Amino acid sequence: MVHIATGRSTQSTTGTHATRILGIVTLVGVAWLILFGLFLSPADKNQGESVRILYLHAPSAWLAYLAFVVTAAASALYLFRKTHSLAWDRLAGASAEIGVLFMGVTLVVGMLWGRLTWGVFWRWDARLTTTAFLFVTYVGYLAVRRLGGTPEQRARRSGVLALLAVLEIPLVHFSVKLWRGLHQDASVLRPDGEVKLDGLMLFTLFSGIITFTLMYAWLVIHRTRTLTAEDMLDDVGLELALAERRRESIPRTNEENGALLS
Amino acid sequence: MMQDAGFIVTSYVVTFGSVLLYAWYVLRRGKKATEQLPDDSKPWL
Amino acid sequence: MSERSPRDIMSAWWHTTRLIAKRDLLVEWRSRIALNQVFPFAGIVMVMFGFAIDDTRLMERIAPGLIMLATMFSLLILVQRSFAVESEDGALDALRTAGVSSSALFWGKSIAMAAQLAALEALLIVLAILLYGSTIRPSGVVLLIATWLAASWGLATVGTLYGGLAAGARGRETLLPLLLLPVVAPVLIGATRAVEAALGARGSVADGWPWMGLVAVFAAVFCAGGTLAFGPLIDE
Repeated sequence: MVHIATGRSTQSTTGTHATRILGIVTLVGVAWLILFGLFLSPADKNQGESVRILYLHAPSAWLAYLAFVVTAAASALYLFRKTHSLAWDRLAGASAEIGVLFMGVTLVVGMLWGRLTWGVFWRWDARLTTTAFLFVTYVGYLAVRRLGGTPEQRARRSGVLALLAVLEIPLVHFSVKLWRGLHQDASVLRPDGEVKLDGLMLFTLFSGIITFTLMYAWLVIHRTRTLTAEDMLDDVGLELALAERRRESIPRTNEENGALLS
Repeated sequence: MMQDAGFIVTSYVVTFGSVLLYAWYVLRRGKKATEQLPDDSKPWL
Repeated sequence: MSERSPRDIMSAWWHTTRLIAKRDLLVEWRSRIALNQVFPFAGIVMVMFGFAIDDTRLMERIAPGLIMLATMFSLLILVQRSFAVESEDGALDALRTAGVSSSALFWGKSIAMAAQLAALEALLIVLAILLYGSTIRPSGVVLLIATWLAASWGLATVGTLYGGLAAGARGRETLLPLLLLPVVAPVLIGATRAVEAALGARGSVADGWPWMGLVAVFAAVFCAGGTLAFGPLIDE
């Protein structure tokens, strides 16, 4: 017997009481960050106003890294646990998508900051190059997830890919570091953009990290639920299609029956 | 200095703008999927 | 049931691996696609670099980079070819269903690929000498050979691994460059610097050895990783 889920849908969003509270707190955090980042915190002695960009750029980078770590961990949990629960795969996929978003933002905002600080949009240093590499790698990961097939196939392919990425990234980072070590950049003016932050500036940076973490949490919860719902719909769709096929194979009238039997 | 302001504001707009756009996209996609499913099959309810 | 000793299992594994490698190389030999299509492609790429760059002294200095770039682009085609052979008659699925170990498959295909890559790179070095005026330093010969071997093996293993995922199936082939080219960055960086040292384009031979080491580490990591990951990737 094919069981097709029946019943009504009264709650037609991925939100729950908890996520609505999370969302409100996050919005408050965003307002707070804008207030402090743009207005209340002071300019830096060396970097001037451009330090305000760092309050976005640094948290965005850290959250992207966090998102990718979650993807790798969830992929491992999917692959290595006997239950092979697809919930882990969906978390991995959702987190990677958000990671790509934050990584993209990091790169764009970083380029704006670099233009202000160093006068150039890009520098071929280890950190930036590895960041760009990470971005492309996870764009590839997302593309692999869209190759089609069953959710299990998707989970296995992308899971293996995520773990291979964990292998590659240190290799690439190390290679680029070695490579750029050859080129002693003569920019004595602004070494690496490491700024000593204290007092209100540190507080603002800290607020940035908290706000971005809240954003990540809200986004990953909703995205994972959406993926869950979509996977379920695919299953239901498949069951419906199978039921249709079965129905088609049954003769409709006795006449047809007679025609078939004679 | 005034140029700086342009870059700084752009950074904030790009950052929060993209996150908000993505959030809207996630919510919309979530709505589309969940309204077709019965309540008892949603694990978060 | 007779107990199979570890030695028996190992020799069976090697036997399978050699069979797969021989099969891939035989298919290539009979069709000569690498020889007739991919090698000329690499040659054309080298010539086109000449058109685009048009500066003799500069070209001699960057020749190692151009060699490695031409190698990377040719790698994409070689990997596609290696797996197109498999999917044409469902060969890969048949092998797996017959119980061929995925690690033997991986090593066999990698060995065949490494042989083709090595031949390709040798050709490219000759072309660089002819077209770009490169010369091989006597003191750099060992470094050149070591890099040549390490790069061939590293690229072959990583190509076979990602090829298993992305090549040979409709709708997936366009994914291969996107996935593979970022991953081979360490080889591009390391092998180029090592060859620069070996050819005397930049740096001393002593400077080049750490770069060869980087390529060797890469090869070891993906050899091990590929052996483990190939099975799950191709089992669908």
